[in-house]
Amino acid sequence: MTATSTRGTAAADAAREKYEMVVGLEVHVQLKTRTKAFCNCPTDFGAAPNVNTCPVCLALPGALPVLNYRAVELATRAALALDCKVNRISIFARKNYFYPDLPKGYQISQYDQPLAEHGALAIGKTKEGADLCVGITRVHMEEDAGKSVHDRYSGATAVDLNRAGVPLIEIVSEPDMRSSAEAGAYLRTLKQILEYTGVSDVSMEEGSLRVDANVSARLRGETKLGTKTEVKNMNSFSGVERALEAEFARQCAVLEAGGTVEQQTMLWDGARGEVRPARSKEGSHDYRYFPEPDLPPLVLKPEWCDKVKASLPEMPAARRDRFTKEYGLAPYDVELLTSSPRMAEYFENVARASGDPKAAANWVMGELSATLNATGEDLDRFRVRPADLAALIGMVRAGNVSSTAAKAIFKEMARTGDRPEQIAEREGLLQVGEDDALVGWIDEVWAEHPEEARRYAAGEKKLQGVLVGFVMKKSKGRADPKRVNQLLAARAAGGGGA
Amino acid sequence: MAVTEQDVRHIAGLARLGVADERLPSLVGELNHILEHMAVLEKVDTKSVDATVGVGSLAMPLREDAGPQLPLARSRDAFAPAVRDGFLLVPRLATHTALGASSVDDEDSGTEDLE
Amino acid sequence: MSDARLLDMPAAALRDAIAANEAPASEPVRASFRRAAAVRAGEDGLNIVLHADEAASLRDADALPKRLSPGVGTTAERASDLALVGVPLAVKDNIATLTLPTSCASHILEGYVSPYEATAISRLRAAGAVVVCKTNMDEFAMGSSTENSAFGPTLNPLDPTRVPGGSSGGSAAAVAAGLTRIALGSETGGSVRQPAAFCGIVGVKPTYGRVSRYGLVAFASSLDQIGVFGRSVDDAALAMEVIAGRDPLDATSADLPVPRYRDAARADGGAADAPRDAAALATPLHTATREKPLNGLVVGRPKEYFPPSLDPRIAALCDRALDRFRALGAEVRDVSLPHTDLAIPVYYIVAPAEASSNLARFDGVRYGLRVEGEGLRAMYEATRSRGFGKEVTRRILLGTYVLSAGYYDAYYKKAQQVRALIADDFSSVFAAGVHVLFTPTTPTTAFPLGAKSDPYEMYLSDIFTATANLAGVPAMSQPIGAVDGLPVGGQLLAPHFREFDMFRAAYALERALGAEATA
Repeated sequence: MTATSTRGTAAADAAREKYEMVVGLEVHVQLKTRTKAFCNCPTDFGAAPNVNTCPVCLALPGALPVLNYRAVELATRAALALDCKVNRISIFARKNYFYPDLPKGYQISQYDQPLAEHGALAIGKTKEGADLCVGITRVHMEEDAGKSVHDRYSGATAVDLNRAGVPLIEIVSEPDMRSSAEAGAYLRTLKQILEYTGVSDVSMEEGSLRVDANVSARLRGETKLGTKTEVKNMNSFSGVERALEAEFARQCAVLEAGGTVEQQTMLWDGARGEVRPARSKEGSHDYRYFPEPDLPPLVLKPEWCDKVKASLPEMPAARRDRFTKEYGLAPYDVELLTSSPRMAEYFENVARASGDPKAAANWVMGELSATLNATGEDLDRFRVRPADLAALIGMVRAGNVSSTAAKAIFKEMARTGDRPEQIAEREGLLQVGEDDALVGWIDEVWAEHPEEARRYAAGEKKLQGVLVGFVMKKSKGRADPKRVNQLLAARAAGGGGA
Repeated sequence: MAVTEQDVRHIAGLARLGVADERLPSLVGELNHILEHMAVLEKVDTKSVDATVGVGSLAMPLREDAGPQLPLARSRDAFAPAVRDGFLLVPRLATHTALGASSVDDEDSGTEDLE
Repeated sequence: MSDARLLDMPAAALRDAIAANEAPASEPVRASFRRAAAVRAGEDGLNIVLHADEAASLRDADALPKRLSPGVGTTAERASDLALVGVPLAVKDNIATLTLPTSCASHILEGYVSPYEATAISRLRAAGAVVVCKTNMDEFAMGSSTENSAFGPTLNPLDPTRVPGGSSGGSAAAVAAGLTRIALGSETGGSVRQPAAFCGIVGVKPTYGRVSRYGLVAFASSLDQIGVFGRSVDDAALAMEVIAGRDPLDATSADLPVPRYRDAARADGGAADAPRDAAALATPLHTATREKPLNGLVVGRPKEYFPPSLDPRIAALCDRALDRFRALGAEVRDVSLPHTDLAIPVYYIVAPAEASSNLARFDGVRYGLRVEGEGLRAMYEATRSRGFGKEVTRRILLGTYVLSAGYYDAYYKKAQQVRALIADDFSSVFAAGVHVLFTPTTPTTAFPLGAKSDPYEMYLSDIFTATANLAGVPAMSQPIGAVDGLPVGGQLLAPHFREFDMFRAAYALERALGAEATA
């Protein structure tokens, strides 16, 4: 079998016109718990090998699993966020296979009675503007295996069981995606939802999210599914998209040549941009699933599920719609502000407190994002409270500080956490609007720049900006430019006491 | 239903039990003798039985996401056959696919040497 | 105090003697080791003991609190805290202990010392019991004669040409030979009751979920339960009070109060003044009297346990026991458990299926035996084929087969469904007002070593006991007489968590039979 690269050829392009890609995804997500699924061992990433193990996750003779409540809660949050029906009774099952990183010789998973089923995820809009939905077949709970390291010692595989027993959910989609781009959109939307709901940290790099894809090709217009292959070993969302393209191209080539696609597992080699078949044959597995006798059925009362549902934050899609309608923001701004749940909540708090969503959006996307980017700070620990930023916006609107001064004040707020009024006062940045002070500065400018003053008084209106600049400079930015303009205009008109 | 030598070889493989060829015929006989007695179950009417929920059928108690790690009175090195730098060592897999992979989504690498 | 006195007095009396400083706690331990030597309990003799360490046991005994000076240990709280202070304890070798090895009588765990302790052991040690030995058993509890041990069979102390029963044969023999008054065993299909019957002692299998399984090396998780042996009903009831109750480390352990089982010895059964929640687990016998302590109790006699083929001498002893129940005030009622004859086929599908999965962890990677081979797969196969004995191998194969693709529905699923019918049999009988059932424990007395070479014939030894494990109900065996000098056991069964009623009947029958129980 030759490997197939993603490089397109004319023949491949033609095949793509003729065939349609059909994709379903299986996503493993690590739940954000402090301890493992069935024992008290910590789930910390990066501990020394086998330190986070105990009788239970080492599968010592006689040890027994006890399920983590938080894992059930997080799995249920995910299921409900994906619009699934949570089963009142779900059953844990043993999936039996031998592997050194699987201490018990079976993985505790769920099989024919999973936690939840029949969900859906909107991943975008169709050309006609309708929701583009991917069906969620099921969400089930299971435990992770340990890690096998093959390249550390010669002739030996090294096993680290720190991850063994870490709680996961597997989210299985229907074969509803028709392109690698849709698969990418599905994964990005899913990631955002899992972050929004606090279910997972969702990092492919740290292995808290892993993706397998089922891919098949069929003639356009055909309604039956073609023979699928399973593609594994993808380490990023873009890797998934590239792997799907490569595998689809391979299948198209096989079909074009009059062959049939063999049901098998393909491995993605990201470095080479190729897929190649895993050696084992599909069907050589016989996992001998049976109900896990150490764990009674998991019973989730509807009232409990309702409570979990009520505690869910607004989902990204709903929030985007609402931001657009309620705050009249542009699509690009909405996208940016809802990219993370914390950012969205922060914005909303500022918008509500200030009563000025546009200004709030500008501040959050502008100064605030720039400051966070520059310092690498986390929004959770950011010193500027939404109420204080709202106060600052109010000060600008009321004319108490200039927008230039406001930026300086914001920097100081971010540094010290002090309130904007305090800073403005302390730094002498409050705008001066009293005529007495302004007239004093105008008098000085008049005396220091007689030539400009004369020409302006003679009707050369374009010099007004220059003179205002002089006044602003003299006032160190504190002068209210609007009033300065009025006073200058009055003086030019010959009235007033200037 | 009766098992054949091929069946026994297959299930011995699944169970990772090295069964010597000369032991196969007697094992086939023993297993079939036992299985004969199971045939009586076929005739039992179980249409109305829901056996999905186990005996006792108490709901599952859950634990808090906290608590001290269960202690080990002896270090892992004291009972593990081969340990190095804290890792458990096993003979190198004949082939493998991804470095540092977990078998949960990549158990193929473990079953490859089945054939 | 003489060894005979120390070892032959009831556990509760021994405890009181130690608490009253009549003897140091180390004395019964020393006596137990002297007895073991005298009866040749080691591998060159009865082969009861797999592991023992006298110095370590004496250290445990010496470390027991000395605060039990007379008068101090009399408060109720202290009494239950240290209900077994100084009492020697034998433990089946499939229950995890910290100082002695836990080998399950298998080469695959030879030399393995558990780095943690079973909950039942922790509770017994906290109550002051001292572990004196780990006892021989059928490898991984798979067998009914203790002949399947990788370390040779245990001989029945009452007749060394015969088996002690199994799989907890070592623990039963330890009590029968007088090494201890109390021992722990484990049950999956009768492994406590059957050897108790063969050795002429009391054996209790609690309700599934009554005693924590944490630290019991799993054979068939949905059937396994730690059980206790006692020389008398009271010894067993005392041990049960200590080990019963919810354990957060076992998700199948029930969160129910534990009645004071020893109160079941009283004429009124003690149910009246038990705490309300515990009393709910006992039947009130308002008309009970000293002469008729079982007034109001209904004892069921299931006809399926008395087939025409039953040895008439065993049937006669059962009838005598049933007469005693009547004389004690109980009503004896004929009942039927129609699915009883399906228990063995169901059991020998469910148990091996779960075993095939439970024993997958013995792979040479983390503990126990490893036999190197060319590559990983060869290591697995060499380790497991060398490590497991014949019967264990047979059951793993059988279990793997009934779970494998294409056979699951016909075997495993079907067996679980029939299992539900067997459980329904019990529910119906108990719902009709029967409080306990009485049957023979085994169809025969202890058979000679090597008598049952056909595996299925051996499996039939569990014919009267496997039903309780499949249904999860509590059951116990106690001596009700002898045939040809060999003890016969009578079995009591009760509804889930109604051990109290079972003990009530057992205490009364034990007292009524007196010396007849062993004749």
